[in-house]
Amino acid sequence: MSSRRVRRESVLHSVVQISLCCVLVLAISNAPASEDARIESGRKLAHDFEKGNCLACHSAPTDPKAITRANIAPPLIGMRERFKDHAALRRQIWDAATRNPNTIMPPFGRHMILTEEEIDLILEYVLSL
Amino acid sequence: MLRSWSRPAVSLRTVAVLAAAVLAIAARTGSALASPEEDRAAMLTFFSERFVGVPLQEYVHGSMMMSDDAKMQYESIMDFPPFQGGIDRGQLIWEKPFANGQSFASCFENGGRNVAGRYPYYDAQTDRVVTFEMALNQCLRSNGETEFDYSDRSTMGVLTAYARTLSDNMLMDIRVEGAGARKKYESGRALYYRRIGQHNLACASCHVTHAGHYFRDELLSPTIGQAVHFPVFRGGEFLYTLHMRYQRCMEALRAAPYPAGSEDLNNLEYFHSYLNNGLPLKASIYRR
Ligand code: HEC
Ligand code: HEC
Repeated sequence: MSSRRVRRESVLHSVVQISLCCVLVLAISNAPASEDARIESGRKLAHDFEKGNCLACHSAPTDPKAITRANIAPPLIGMRERFKDHAALRRQIWDAATRNPNTIMPPFGRHMILTEEEIDLILEYVLSL
Repeated sequence: MLRSWSRPAVSLRTVAVLAAAVLAIAARTGSALASPEEDRAAMLTFFSERFVGVPLQEYVHGSMMMSDDAKMQYESIMDFPPFQGGIDRGQLIWEKPFANGQSFASCFENGGRNVAGRYPYYDAQTDRVVTFEMALNQCLRSNGETEFDYSDRSTMGVLTAYARTLSDNMLMDIRVEGAGARKKYESGRALYYRRIGQHNLACASCHVTHAGHYFRDELLSPTIGQAVHFPVFRGGEFLYTLHMRYQRCMEALRAAPYPAGSEDLNNLEYFHSYLNNGLPLKASIYRR
């Protein structure tokens, strides 16, 4: 009975150890990759006609995958330098009317066109431009 | 011809549009209004400053007036329209005698030639706007026939695709006279400037403020020139009446579209058509 319990505990212990180890290794080796993956998801959402459809109004000159002729709104470029305040950039996407009450940019957050998580991903993509 | 993006808030043209928009807002809130003729003049001035040197007649080509390539493609398609069959089916409906021996031609002046440019008109007796499609249905009803569904492409759709060609080259001639007519016009105008749908955009956002700009890969056509050439055929034989086109833009904005033939769309068409006064009709054409 007791030896079995000991054995079980030690097995459990090593499983925990091994998996912790794996998580650590994964976390270290995949850190940049998962950030890339988030930017890539953000790109897909931003380009998708049914989601952000940002390319309906904006061009994104530094993204070769952003194929559009849109010239309604300013090009999305140099965002990291131009928007030091990421919260302000997120607000622009969540509800552009907070900055310009007459804007024609859809209120993606306020009107729940995108989820909060989708807006976060798009924000990461926009910051990469 | 058009500058690419620059911040619009600084341009004088925008001020003109804003002035028009303010009037539209005034229309909604019921304060001081511009007359329909002042609306039209303001719109013409705004577009003439944006599309410098483009003659008014060119506006009937919509976004193609800005692209020679698109216009050439259009002209070659119009030489042998792939949708001629649709127009022909409409002609059969138009010419087929009713059970009582009458036909559509008997319901209209001139047998239906050069009449469509006076629709929609305001009918004081019933206090409503009457579209050309409604007049076709009135003709059916008064002759004891079953009316057509405004959203049915295979009956009302093709019938107007033929019947409207009988008014080709007539100049749009919409009248807004008297308080009753004015109310309908204002209601159409209010809808045109109202932000609708999940995307929170007004018709005017795209077809006034941003006319001539690219929305993704599509050039946005100006309001003026849009109402004189419906129905259109897109993708070969697929027919859109003007109301169906309104509905499509509403769906794109994720707004619940008003039904074809509804009072809201009739009033919208009344306002929209008034702004197209003076332009030549040309029905049943190709659109991308
Ligand atoms: C229907 C048009 C439209 C769409 C769609 C649109 N925008 Fe905009 N956007 C604008 C306009 C117009 C502006 C200019 C400022 C204003 O009016 O708010 C703008 C401004 C911005 C700005 C500020 C740019 C600057 O240089 O100041 C950012 C960032 C932005 N948009 C991001 C996005 C993102 C991300 C999406 C998609 C999720 C998007 N926009 C979709 C019209 C649009
Ligand atoms: C987000 C942009 C946008 C908004 C807002 C919008 N449209 Fe459109 N509309 C388009 C595009 C794109 C086209 C196709 C290109 C063109 O002809 O302008 C179009 C085409 C049209 C056409 C056909 C033009 C032609 O000559 O074939 C009509 C009519 C029209 N829209 C009416 C409306 C009305 C009415 C509303 C408001 C309910 C509206 N639109 C709102 C983008 C928009």
